[in-house]
Amino acid sequence: MSGEPSFTLDDQPVPFQDGQTIMEAARVAGVYIPHLCFNPDFAPHGSCRVCLVKVNGRPQAACTTPAVAGQVVQSEIEELQEIRRGILEMMFVEGNHICPACEKSGACQLQAVAYYVGMLAPRFTYFYPQRTLDASHPDAVIDFNRCILCELCVRASRDIDGKNVFAVQNRGLKAHLVINTPSGKLGATTFSITDKAAQVCPTGAILIKNRGYETPIGRRLYDRQPVNVVGDVAQVPESEGGRRHE
Amino acid sequence: MAESSTLAQTIHDIVQRHNSVPTRLLQILREVQDSLTWLSPEAIERVADEIGLSPDKVQRVAEFYSFLYTAPRGSYDILFSDNITDRMLGNRRLLRYLCDLLGVGIGQTRADNRVSIGVTSCTGLCDQGPAALVNGYALPRLDKPRLDRIAELINSQTPLSEWPQDFFEVTSNIRRADILLGRHFADGAALRAVLKRGSQAILEELIKSGLRGQGGAGYKLALKWISCHDAPGEVKYVVCNADEGEPGTFKDRVLMQEYADLVFEGMTLCGRVIGARQGFVYLRGEYRYLLDSLKATLQRRREIGLLGQSILGESGFDFDIDIHLGAGAYVCGEESALIESLEGKHGVPRIRPPFPTTHGYLNKPTVVNNVETFAVTAKIATEGGAWFASRGTAESKGTKLLSVSGDCERPGIYEYPFGVTVRRVLEDCGARDAQGIQMAGPAGHTISPKQYDRRICFDDLATGGSFMVFAKHRDILDGMRNFAHFFVHESCGFCTPCRVGTSLMRDLVDKVHTGHGARADLDEMRRLGRIMKAASHCGLGQTAPNSVLDSLDQFPEAWERRLRSTSYEPAFDLDAALSEARRLSGRDDPGAHLPDEQSDLVRLAKLLADQDAPMSDDERNLLGALP
Amino acid sequence: MSKLKVATCSLAGCFGCHMSILDLDERLFTLVDLVEFDRSPITDVKQIGYCDVGIIEGGVANAENVHVLREFRAHCKILISMGACAITGGVPAMRNRFTLKECLEESYISGAGLVDAQIPNDPEIPLLLSQVHPIHEVVKIDYFLPGCPPSADAIWTFLTQLLSGQPIALSYTQLHYD
Repeated sequence: MSGEPSFTLDDQPVPFQDGQTIMEAARVAGVYIPHLCFNPDFAPHGSCRVCLVKVNGRPQAACTTPAVAGQVVQSEIEELQEIRRGILEMMFVEGNHICPACEKSGACQLQAVAYYVGMLAPRFTYFYPQRTLDASHPDAVIDFNRCILCELCVRASRDIDGKNVFAVQNRGLKAHLVINTPSGKLGATTFSITDKAAQVCPTGAILIKNRGYETPIGRRLYDRQPVNVVGDVAQVPESEGGRRHE
Repeated sequence: MAESSTLAQTIHDIVQRHNSVPTRLLQILREVQDSLTWLSPEAIERVADEIGLSPDKVQRVAEFYSFLYTAPRGSYDILFSDNITDRMLGNRRLLRYLCDLLGVGIGQTRADNRVSIGVTSCTGLCDQGPAALVNGYALPRLDKPRLDRIAELINSQTPLSEWPQDFFEVTSNIRRADILLGRHFADGAALRAVLKRGSQAILEELIKSGLRGQGGAGYKLALKWISCHDAPGEVKYVVCNADEGEPGTFKDRVLMQEYADLVFEGMTLCGRVIGARQGFVYLRGEYRYLLDSLKATLQRRREIGLLGQSILGESGFDFDIDIHLGAGAYVCGEESALIESLEGKHGVPRIRPPFPTTHGYLNKPTVVNNVETFAVTAKIATEGGAWFASRGTAESKGTKLLSVSGDCERPGIYEYPFGVTVRRVLEDCGARDAQGIQMAGPAGHTISPKQYDRRICFDDLATGGSFMVFAKHRDILDGMRNFAHFFVHESCGFCTPCRVGTSLMRDLVDKVHTGHGARADLDEMRRLGRIMKAASHCGLGQTAPNSVLDSLDQFPEAWERRLRSTSYEPAFDLDAALSEARRLSGRDDPGAHLPDEQSDLVRLAKLLADQDAPMSDDERNLLGALP
Repeated sequence: MSKLKVATCSLAGCFGCHMSILDLDERLFTLVDLVEFDRSPITDVKQIGYCDVGIIEGGVANAENVHVLREFRAHCKILISMGACAITGGVPAMRNRFTLKECLEESYISGAGLVDAQIPNDPEIPLLLSQVHPIHEVVKIDYFLPGCPPSADAIWTFLTQLLSGQPIALSYTQLHYD
């Protein structure tokens, strides 16, 4: 054991292998760091910034920062939880997240992470953007109101499914998810609900049709236990209320 | 049919000229747009097909850069520079004047597709504004008579090549020269030095010089070159960052205009030292007017053996330089975003580490330095590190070029040894009644008079060179508002804190600036600023709140005098939010309005109606004022 | 010690949060030992007096909502935003993706079975705001209690902590947005 390098995460030693990020090492060690755009099946992205930790006192994204022996990493401190709540608030006011009217509610990772960091209300001023909903696909519906631009579907469709169904266009606050067809409609693509891209959305932006509200309130994925215990919705098998295909 | 086959042919020719190379995509799209005035879906499809890229990738690039248009624009496309210094010089009045003359709205294209007029971020002509770009070419020193003439030229469809040449004349305004600008440099001297003394000796001189990156970040130059030199791999690159986008900076423009040889010599020197054969200049789109002269300088250097194969007759000393034009994206000044852009992609900053010195252009080891930095390296190679280090302070050796603009008698370029005080610069440029300075651009520091004895150097006021002066009669908040809008326009949108935070900050600044803010809004700005600084992916988002946060500390009275007496104000205009319902219902009775809760009338009525209400001093005064 | 005075109201909401208050069941007896209810749908008192605590359900959708909300702010030392609609605009805010014109025409002009269709203009009917907003965009809010509705347990935890001057700490199952 003495040969294995380690860093400390909130005072606990975390071993790592060369090339691992702080997030990967923490995950293997079973220590939760809040995140949304990170998914262990993909290369780190670093866009949501929810996994902000302090590395030797400097704020860094855990998912993109390489683990280095002797690093002092802080995560569960109020200063960072306050920033994470702020980032979550930004996501909620940027889109249209009406939890009571969303089928993903209760199994939504955006919601679960917000619970985890103790967000009571998005206090920033709401943008109420004009976004659309695309139900053109026979088996899936995409509601752009709920997209947080984690690009997991973009990455999954391009890198794993080999279909390149999704893309992000424009810049700044105008950056938005699009469907790569001339009509911009999901129904005009080869997207299938067995695609990896159908399993990775952390919010209710991509939903499978004809099976909403299957689980009663109280038994949904994050109803009883928090995300650090339950895990990411994309990593939990469907039979247990998650999204991973068995 | 004829039209689409012309389009296909035009695009085919352009793509062929660039050998169908994907890294040339941005250059290709610029040229396609030059021919067709905008990038139609058909044109994008065609370009994608010719290069063999998926259309969404081409679309991504076309939508990302603000100088690329995915909607029709006029054959004369005019963009007014909208930096705060342009505003000080009255650009908004001129903008409206030209719009009226030409019968076109701001941000719109005239129905005959002849002309479109819009605004753009700082064009680097702050010492000779108000400025604009016409089809990408700089138009300094605008005034009404010149706009009258421009409107005539457009209405008569006169080609740009036949416009009066003095309309495009950009002056250098070098006001103070020190060791960089003041001493003669013989072309090739630095290259002869490296051939004579060897790369190791030059690196030692650079270490001795203590030179740090002059773009503002201040990374030790020698360490960067050594790291790239030591990085494994046969193929390496040298990149000159001439994407001088920080509002208020224009010293790189002057260097490229007057000292291009010095810059190219520094790049070639770097190529020799780190073992690279190819260099790139990433020239911001706003400086397109320099392209031809820069290309001519490169050609002359090839002809006299300072560039190309076997430089100075030395077999194996091969190095050449190519120029890439940007297309209106401040974020590309960040070195990894610049590399992405150089590769023909949209400019989103990469995850770092790895750093460009090991994984840069095409993932090969790459040195990226600022224009000024390369120019200085050429001088150090000939004059020695000790010579350079004799100027400046302990931690900041040598000199720095400042771009001085705003309220002063002599705007222009000033070269000072590091350590010069703000006060000295203000005296030299003739800024006698400065109430504040925006140093290092909107991302930098807002300085009040009590800080004028601070020194310009890396250990005190670090700067890339922007120095904008606000005279006493200015409202500092006009500047803060201009900067907040700038960052909204320039955020790349990749990470949450910057994408959302810049817009939230703009809304808060607007709210206070227009007299609708309360103290809670200032607290909210600080909270937002803390999140953006700590959590943003790159320097853009991390520095975007700086000017607001600094000015809250340095100019609290400028903010406070705009506040309402309340502790809290609504986020939106309540009465205006009823206007649509009033229109639809045809109502205009008192109940169809929501009067401002803070208006004296409303407060009086409340006080009179409710004698038990707890009363503030302010309200007692209000009642006492009744006849 | 005199009892604390509490007022409650529902703006653009469904009264679901108030139903959840009723779900306190026998704990309501304990509550009325601690507080006196002022204006509230529970008391049917119409005019608010000066209160220690105001609890608002629902978002701000029309001019009357603004008036009531301002009155609560002016009369309450502590104002609490309760439930998804007050905090986010909630389900009523789903109309924000349409223009007000589209909403009114759908209801009053083109809807099925309308006779003598017209957009109402009676001064008795409050005018709609162009969008539905959370209440903290109109007045300062001191506490947020999310949920659609917050459960009786969450309300109980919140109120007992607030009334005894403790920091608010909801358990995991008491904090939810739906």
